[in-house]
Amino acid sequence: MSSVTLISSLYVFALAAFLGYQVISRVPPLLHTPLMSATNAISGISLVGSIVTAGAHYNTVSTVLGFIAVVCSTTNVVGGFVITDRMLRMFKRKPALEKKE
Amino acid sequence: MQTYFIEISYLLASVLFILGLKGLSHPETAKRGMHLAEFGMLMAIIGTLMHHEIVTFTWIITGLVIGSLVGLAMGVWVPMTAMPQRTALSHAFGAFAAALVGISEYYRLGGHLDKITMGALGFEVMLGALTTTGSLLAFAKLQGMVRGTPLTFKGQNIFNMLLLATTIGIFIYLVVVPGSMPLFFAMVGLALVFGLLLVMPIGAADMPVVMSLLNSYAGLASAATGFVLSNNVLIIAGTLDGFSGFILSVLMCRAMNRSITNVLFGAFGSAAAATGELEGQHGSMREVNLDDVAVQLAYAKQVVFVPGYGMATAQAQHAVKGLADTLEKRGVTVKYGIHPVAGRMPGHMNVLLAEANVPYSSLYELEQINPEFPATDVAIVIGANDVVNPDARDNPSSPIAGMPIIEVDHAKSVVVLKRGQGKGFSGLENPLFFKDVTGMLYGDAKESLTRLMQAVQQS
Repeated sequence: MSSVTLISSLYVFALAAFLGYQVISRVPPLLHTPLMSATNAISGISLVGSIVTAGAHYNTVSTVLGFIAVVCSTTNVVGGFVITDRMLRMFKRKPALEKKE
Repeated sequence: MQTYFIEISYLLASVLFILGLKGLSHPETAKRGMHLAEFGMLMAIIGTLMHHEIVTFTWIITGLVIGSLVGLAMGVWVPMTAMPQRTALSHAFGAFAAALVGISEYYRLGGHLDKITMGALGFEVMLGALTTTGSLLAFAKLQGMVRGTPLTFKGQNIFNMLLLATTIGIFIYLVVVPGSMPLFFAMVGLALVFGLLLVMPIGAADMPVVMSLLNSYAGLASAATGFVLSNNVLIIAGTLDGFSGFILSVLMCRAMNRSITNVLFGAFGSAAAATGELEGQHGSMREVNLDDVAVQLAYAKQVVFVPGYGMATAQAQHAVKGLADTLEKRGVTVKYGIHPVAGRMPGHMNVLLAEANVPYSSLYELEQINPEFPATDVAIVIGANDVVNPDARDNPSSPIAGMPIIEVDHAKSVVVLKRGQGKGFSGLENPLFFKDVTGMLYGDAKESLTRLMQAVQQS
């Protein structure tokens, strides 16, 4: 990795950190559990790294490790989003207000 | 052209992830936000499949299918009460995937890496490894496979520190001399062990902090992967996850009024039990019978429920809703006081009650509910202990001193639902139980609540 790439990556990291802080500190305690499952699902984006590893046919070890990583990450992505959706569907307002909608 | 498309899809994914998390600021916008994030993820995956380095799709497709099936099964069948366990498993999977990618990269390059990449890779693999084992142990503790009380041994903190120092030492050596493969694997092995040792002394009651921390580490491991692969969407998503976990950990620690070092290294629960024995308790606990409580409830103007982990273990959330509905039909105002660290993970009580169809507008946070207690006729404590323990407020020498609590003892009357006379998950005596304002209703919470509902209906 060249130092240029490193600095550029650090910029992205720093900006993501600030943005993350702003966005996440606005999530109410009510939604902390869906927040955890959503962030788990999102960090399953490491799937894109494992896909290349599993498919590039570098060597047997990499392919096997990549395959296992694909399974783990996909489980997180699918499971995470399904569970988050399920939880979010449960949060309802008081019925009186709902009838107005 | 191909690379262009892939990069655009990553950029789109990054934006959509941020918008998705932004949507979580309110239950009404949350669902739509998540759909955006899901779409972004799909785009990123499709984009990646067009990567020019991919030669064979068999393993990829197989992996995607297996992962989807397992994920779907877990997502659909895991009950809300097992949410902490599933989350711990998910941390393990995420961290494991990051660690594997790192190991694979190292192996592929035969250890020929420049210092910067080695540095990022080292982080990725260390964090990934320790989070994997740590999360698996957390899962075991939550599931009851391993006992929930802290596992400690003499000189533990020093041993852990030495282990950590050795692991980091190897890491630094590897940055200078990246080619030493055996050392690399030694570092991974040590990190795996360290993960176990880190979580071993954590008591069940401190799980919310540990869960948040592990969430953070899993995210940071993904971010480190992003550095290694020079993949911006990985850095962004990993950092968002990492910071989310970090913010939650800080919130949890503040809610317990303990520093993070105290939680990780203080073996809370084993020490506390000892102090509890010495102090002893004065007075006796007043037992109340169900019908008396039912009458109290039937003629109350305002009732506040305070749930704790005991409600989860008793699976009593639906029974609570049943009783609440009966009371509301009689014109009683029903509110719920949720302490930030009630349960085994942040927001645990909220999802349990939401599952029971309790509208979220009835759920109140600590600062909102405490001023209401003097006007509350009955406060019902369901399987909560430390979060309503007045010692945190009144006794400076208590292990939980300074921790903000739900001040049920300010209500006109308190009813505590408890299985028996035991000391609860943290082993601390609770003077609330001995106060005059409090009545103890023994028995299984679900049963008690159901019978209360029936009794109130007949009043």
